[in-house]
Amino acid sequence: MTEPVLAVTDLTVSFPTDHGLLTAVRGLNYQVSAGEVLGIVGESGSGKSVSSMAVMGLLPPQATITGSIRFQGRELLGRSDVELSQIRGRRISMIFQDPLSALTPVYTVGDQVAEALLVHGTLSRQAAGARAVELLNVVGIPDAARRAQAFPHEFSGGMRQRVVIAMAIANDPDLIIADEPTTALDVTVQAQVLQVLATAREITGAGIVLITHDLGVVAGFADRVQVMYAGRTVETGGVDDIFYHPRMPYTRGLLASIPRVDTAQRRTLVPIGGQPPSLVGLGPGCPFAPRCPLVIDQCRSTEPDLAPVSGTHQCACHRAAVEAAPPLVSGVASYNSVSHSRVLLRVEHLVRHYPVRKGTILRRQVGTVRAVDDISFELREQETLGLVGESGCGKTSTLMEILNLTAPAQGRIEVLGTDVSALDRRRRMQLRRDLQVVFQDPIASLDPRLPVFDLLAEPLRAHGVPGAEIRRRVPELLKLVGLSPEHASRYPAEFSGGQRQRIGIGRALALEPKLLVLDEPVSALDVSIQAGVLNLLDELRVRLGLALLFVAHDLAVVRHIADRVAVMYLGKIVEIGPVDAVYTAPQHPYTQALISAIPIPDPAKESARERILLTGDLPSPADVPSGCRFRTRCFRYAALPPGLRSRCEQEEPARQQRGEPEHESACHYAAAHAVL
Amino acid sequence: MSASITNPHSIAALSGSPVQPLIGRSSRGRLVLRRFLRHRLSLIGLMCVMLLYALAFLGPLLTPWGYAEQDPTAYLAPPSAQHWFGTTQIGEDVFAQTLRGLQKSLTIGLLVGVISTGIAAVVGTAAGYFGGWVDRILMWVVDLLLVIPSFLIIAILSPAFRGTTWLILVVLLAAFSWMITARIVRGLTLSLREREFVLAARFMGVPPWRIIARHIVPNMASLLIIDATITVGTAILTETGLSFFGFGVQPPDVSLGTLIASGTNSALTFPWLFLFSGGLLALTVLSVNFVGDGLRDALDPTSTRGSRRRVR
Ligand code: SF4
Ligand code: SF4
Repeated sequence: MTEPVLAVTDLTVSFPTDHGLLTAVRGLNYQVSAGEVLGIVGESGSGKSVSSMAVMGLLPPQATITGSIRFQGRELLGRSDVELSQIRGRRISMIFQDPLSALTPVYTVGDQVAEALLVHGTLSRQAAGARAVELLNVVGIPDAARRAQAFPHEFSGGMRQRVVIAMAIANDPDLIIADEPTTALDVTVQAQVLQVLATAREITGAGIVLITHDLGVVAGFADRVQVMYAGRTVETGGVDDIFYHPRMPYTRGLLASIPRVDTAQRRTLVPIGGQPPSLVGLGPGCPFAPRCPLVIDQCRSTEPDLAPVSGTHQCACHRAAVEAAPPLVSGVASYNSVSHSRVLLRVEHLVRHYPVRKGTILRRQVGTVRAVDDISFELREQETLGLVGESGCGKTSTLMEILNLTAPAQGRIEVLGTDVSALDRRRRMQLRRDLQVVFQDPIASLDPRLPVFDLLAEPLRAHGVPGAEIRRRVPELLKLVGLSPEHASRYPAEFSGGQRQRIGIGRALALEPKLLVLDEPVSALDVSIQAGVLNLLDELRVRLGLALLFVAHDLAVVRHIADRVAVMYLGKIVEIGPVDAVYTAPQHPYTQALISAIPIPDPAKESARERILLTGDLPSPADVPSGCRFRTRCFRYAALPPGLRSRCEQEEPARQQRGEPEHESACHYAAAHAVL
Repeated sequence: MSASITNPHSIAALSGSPVQPLIGRSSRGRLVLRRFLRHRLSLIGLMCVMLLYALAFLGPLLTPWGYAEQDPTAYLAPPSAQHWFGTTQIGEDVFAQTLRGLQKSLTIGLLVGVISTGIAAVVGTAAGYFGGWVDRILMWVVDLLLVIPSFLIIAILSPAFRGTTWLILVVLLAAFSWMITARIVRGLTLSLREREFVLAARFMGVPPWRIIARHIVPNMASLLIIDATITVGTAILTETGLSFFGFGVQPPDVSLGTLIASGTNSALTFPWLFLFSGGLLALTVLSVNFVGDGLRDALDPTSTRGSRRRVR
């Protein structure tokens, strides 16, 4: 065995806090060899990021770090910042989640890449500039020589992450640490960036530590996986070991709790109950014990050590020998029959354009952002419609138009059979009772200064519900969303993310609406928590007969919860239909690319499946291509003989029913193509 | 979703334990009161303010001298058993004068602080929240009041008001001290308005003024409270300026402001002329500050002071 590039032994990191010593990493061991990808998976607070910051020497000075971090045989711990910076950037480079903060806004991208070369290298300024362009080319920035002159803000998120990768590989490092490199990006862009990262590994032969919460990303990209929980490794092994033979109940739980795009049958997700433990004053015993379905007495008294299961597969659990997984699939939820019900929400030819103005005094209009451009759909009683698309596709604008309950600039919105443009103030108020919303970020959507009781009472008070009734209803609502009535006098900050989202859902349900609009309700939550919230939504809609308009970028979540799905691209619905039809036989090229880009937490499937990589970025909605707006990125268009292309260029495709009933797509050359 | 360590909140989040149930449900009003009462310094501040009032109104009973009475036997005498705080150039008793001044200045300071911050909050939030022409008109008024020297207006108005009640003084002082705060409040409102919890309230059907009162104002409470406490101090001092125009306190009547103004020149030679009135002003501002601190912490659930842990 060759010597590993990085060997972390018995790493412990702790911070002093107001509440006591917080031990974020507790005795971590791992090794990465050259050319190998190690995936470190864990939820927020598992210590996965802290440990990599320790490797880079980027922790704040009050952190206490013990153990050993050896890079190519040299100990890194205890070295001064000056010594470390010799290694950092040249031998080890890091890619962060947010590419914008890793780039300096006032220098051109080319200069920044060249800078990285100049700091450590012996290149001349001229050579560095040329090499920078070369590197930008490698990471797939089109027209690199010209784009090198541009500033970071002129790049899209995916392009910026590419630049960061270019900087990371500039000095041919031996180790690349990527901390959630694709979390902030859209799925199609994520697929591209992962591709670039794979190229980077080939070119540099570096070892890569990929830190992520997304098991799907790991499945397709990593060679070995390490699962972290409460600051320790709880299971480690090859990808196949972890994904096909997980032993640790936490790993099993994680795998069972994520919705997958490739499962047709709607299974009930198995959430991991409870919360990750507090890392301050952690008691003896297995930290997972309070949430573990397999817990035995021994677990509460002694913490298990990592012990080999087979080969390199190791697991820290007293009951690792228990082969049989706990009962995971506990039932199949049914789809709603959608044929007979009445229409609750009808959107017809909705248009939302924002003028782009320039100048301060004259403010002339220089263009139009076509955020929503003629979309139509309807939502029937007790039905769930998923609205998916990447950021900037207009899904949030659509929601806001509906929620405003005012006449749209163009088109018609009908809620419960009433045209919203005909509403007076009082009727609009009444209609709000039946139309409620849950926002993406439970932290931002709950007023931090109000205790939970007032938060839940607010909609009731606004609609004139008497005080006695409110006092009765609030505990009831808390119970409905799986919280305890005693929580009423707490402030939102005292709750975890999942609990806060439950409060948000409880508030939306306070007035017993018929129609619930959800704007990315689970995307801000950890995977193990996500499942609980999704199950809650699933249960509530059946129990209360709710219709849901579910907006999300995560197609797996939508497949799990929706009856029908509408795919948006640049302000238009390009495909709409029953979930199964759209996922198994997508017709529009964009839908096909979108579905193929979603990582599946299954290494074999992931490596075997076809991946359609879209080129380029979403065009700006202020400058929509003529004809079919997907044309600039469409692979089908690119494959067409020139004679047929002109149709895509000149004629905007209309939505047409093809295949199954209700399955419509907007493409001149639509053809079903299974990508799962 | 990764926890970045440079951010103190994420450390708090790591250490944050899941919520333990707490018995009893109470709404914001009661919670805030409970948290306020737990704050020791603010209670001391509150008591100080009350004691100052008691001193101002009951104190004169302790001394035989009236505030306008002159003692021909003692000019510029230092503090003694006769004259506890000494006497002035013309033999007035400084103790009696200080208390007399305190009577008015306390009320003037507190009222102006509350009223001017109140106006600022109402105007600023309305302008920021409603936008459009409401915003334009209100900001036009603010700018106008800012550019026109307030003393000029007061000079013009003074004949009309001369001799009427001192409450006019409070109104005038308040009317000229809210504009800058209103502008800041408007800026904060503009950003708060876009926050999701405000959107959420709007989509729930909560009427605008209630959104302002329940969501926007409490979220800028720190600013407003700090502003009010500062205004208390400045109002007591600016009141002096107004007396030149015949408002406010005319001799032989006195206020803390006039006492301080006349005593400053001799602060080093005859310190008792200045020290006592200055000290009381400082004490007033300090206690109001403590009360403000307590109120701020009580309103802010993330503040650790005032929470259970502090209580033994
Ligand atoms: S050691 Fe015990 S509590 Fe911990 S994961 Fe294993 S079975 Fe569960
Ligand atoms: S209409 Fe043409 S460009 Fe548009 S999606 Fe279909 S094939 Fe592609």
